[in-house]
Amino acid sequence: MKTLEEIKEIRENKIKELDLRVNTASDTREKHILVCHGTGCTSSKSPKIIENFRKIIEEKNIENVRVIQTGCFGLCAKGPIVIIRPEDTFYAMVKPEDCEEIIEKHIQKGEIVERLLCKDIDNTVVKKLDELNFYKKQKRIALKNCGVIDPENIDEYIAFDGYKALEKVLFSMSPDDVIETISNSGLRGRGGAGFPTGKKWSFTKMAQGDQKYVVCNADEGDPGAFMDRSILEGDPHCVVEAMMIAGFAIGANKGYIYVRAEYPIAVERFQKAIDQAREYGILGENIWNSGFSFDLEIRLGAGAFVCGEETALLESIEGKRGQPRLKPPFPANEGLYGKPTLINNVETYANITKIILNGADWYSSIGTEKSKGTKVFALGGNVNNTGLVEVPMGVTLREIVYDIGGGIPNGRKFKAAQTGGPSGGCITEENLDTPIDYESLQAIGSMMGSGGLIVMDDSKCMVNLAKFYLGFTVDESCGKCTPCRIGTKRLLELLTKITEGKGEEGDIEKLETLCRNIQKASICGLGQTAPNPVLSTLKYFREEYEEHIKEKKCRAGECKALMQLHIDPELCKGCGLCKRNCPVDAINGEIKQPHVIDTEKCIKCGTCINKCPFHAIKS
Amino acid sequence: MENTKCSGCTGKDPKMEEILNQYKQTKDNLIQILNEVQEYYGYISEKSMAAISEYLSIPRAEIYGVVTFYSRFTLKPKGKYHIAICLGTACFVKGSEQILDRAKERLKIDVGETTKDGMFSLEATRCIGACGLAPVFTVNGEVYGKATVKMMDEIIDKIMENPE
Repeated sequence: MKTLEEIKEIRENKIKELDLRVNTASDTREKHILVCHGTGCTSSKSPKIIENFRKIIEEKNIENVRVIQTGCFGLCAKGPIVIIRPEDTFYAMVKPEDCEEIIEKHIQKGEIVERLLCKDIDNTVVKKLDELNFYKKQKRIALKNCGVIDPENIDEYIAFDGYKALEKVLFSMSPDDVIETISNSGLRGRGGAGFPTGKKWSFTKMAQGDQKYVVCNADEGDPGAFMDRSILEGDPHCVVEAMMIAGFAIGANKGYIYVRAEYPIAVERFQKAIDQAREYGILGENIWNSGFSFDLEIRLGAGAFVCGEETALLESIEGKRGQPRLKPPFPANEGLYGKPTLINNVETYANITKIILNGADWYSSIGTEKSKGTKVFALGGNVNNTGLVEVPMGVTLREIVYDIGGGIPNGRKFKAAQTGGPSGGCITEENLDTPIDYESLQAIGSMMGSGGLIVMDDSKCMVNLAKFYLGFTVDESCGKCTPCRIGTKRLLELLTKITEGKGEEGDIEKLETLCRNIQKASICGLGQTAPNPVLSTLKYFREEYEEHIKEKKCRAGECKALMQLHIDPELCKGCGLCKRNCPVDAINGEIKQPHVIDTEKCIKCGTCINKCPFHAIKS
Repeated sequence: MENTKCSGCTGKDPKMEEILNQYKQTKDNLIQILNEVQEYYGYISEKSMAAISEYLSIPRAEIYGVVTFYSRFTLKPKGKYHIAICLGTACFVKGSEQILDRAKERLKIDVGETTKDGMFSLEATRCIGACGLAPVFTVNGEVYGKATVKMMDEIIDKIMENPE
């Protein structure tokens, strides 16, 4: 147990010690080696790197050096990432065997290990994190502490203004003041729908009930999104603190966080955060003698996408099948165990402490007229810099894909970007300059979604993409209502038929009618938005659907049943690579002469396309 | 692979008892308990369901309903080497389907099945959150990033040559 005074003391002392993390001019003699310990870098052996560093430092008996495991730095494509502070040197794609060299050269002699420095897209060598184009247009609010602090050490969180917002709320604000601040900030739900957060809080506060609950939705189901996971892994205490503030504002003393069991690191770190907060007396009874009590529990998901829907999530916390409830009543009035319940997602909570500390005006000065603050995106797919980015609302998609993401790899062309996952739609070249905010994205037939942003190049077939998403919704439909359970299945059958070259005149119209019916008649968000990928690809790539149906042609060459491979004699240099790699000897030709494919023999495996260095094989 | 650990004549499995006793006998602990059972045994057997049913006073049919609803819970044991290929959007866009096809072809099993010798089982998962490394697959939880068909081949070969 620590008193408020003791917490303040920790903050004062610790921040002096950690100044070098944020201040490159720090005059300390210490050095901190920061190693990313997020899921991405962990997969590429960063725990081994941490172990090696610690071992070498101990063996060589080096003083004034600490190795710290941090949350995600964002640039997963260059992982594992090692940063040395205070000088902020950025080493990319570090291997466990590189540790010795970094210690000997950088730490002991003060020389930079040039070969491990990160190269930007234009091949310039970058010495410091801030110099990378990837970071230049970003603004980190929700991810402020990710990659700066050790997420498993509560003292480090406290040092960087941790639990200061809670103190401010408990001792100088009323619940109404808190709700007013959140309302004035303009913060909207980051889970996808964009409902004003302050309004949600105020509804739950006004609801009658002896017991109320605060719930955090960390069931990040959108395939291709990992923002919430990174926040829980990199800065779990900021979510604990925000949930407590929400509890104070609405009058709840109990909170639940519903996390996917597929995120073991996030679960473990969050549990540690809860344990530490309890140990310090931050969670518990009569916190800091304020009269406010709050406790928090983790509930694990078990792999059902529909549980991201708030009422299905509540069912799941109660131990049942995660099937959505009919609304109204809304959770604000009748939620968990029938009691008034506030549900926000992880990223929404991650903004709360910063708004309380810096004020609503500060927050609402960032972003666009109707969408305030920043949004975290998980940038993936056919883009050079895959990873986690946080940008102010109003930035254009072009800036995200080209300036931050570094453009499309392998000299391919941009075709579309998909936001909102299985509920969203695609954005084409012509709409690349649309500013990112809730309304603009909706206007072009997509949605903000939870933040998955998948970039696709011209080798992707849009009909096949729609089929992929429908395959997902068919799997994940909970089966409660017919339009979703059977409608999505019929949509998938139609799309499969088209991609297999069996499409008929009238199929597109059937798709459209079915889509509209599913949208109107499904009971929850999953069903209502399930047709979006079909409608949006139909809107922008209708000619591809028509080609599949009428000409039995797939221009991207992804639908194998429709593939007719041939070699462009203009481009073929006669190198023979395709001929040597063809598994069925279907390619003929003399060296240095254009080759030819025997379409009778060809099994359309696509090996030749991948092998040809001149892109001469066309479908 | 039914659990056969003996605990006298009660027929009760001590590990199961240990898992159950951590939780209060309230209905809302069902999914937490199932997660632990799945984690420890690798699947949810009828015997486990019966024990949970008795402990939480929930009908077995209802537990079966919950088990079959969530994709994380399985009714059959997994193989010694459980290969899970991510079919999240980022991985799909980068060609994880080909890797899955290759694994199916090599192991001669479909998604959700286990090889006859109990060595391999195959799963197509939704996003595991390592999208920055797409395409990815996992073998017994260890993540392989920036995966290729060749990588899948090599790993299967390695396990087949040296099964221990």
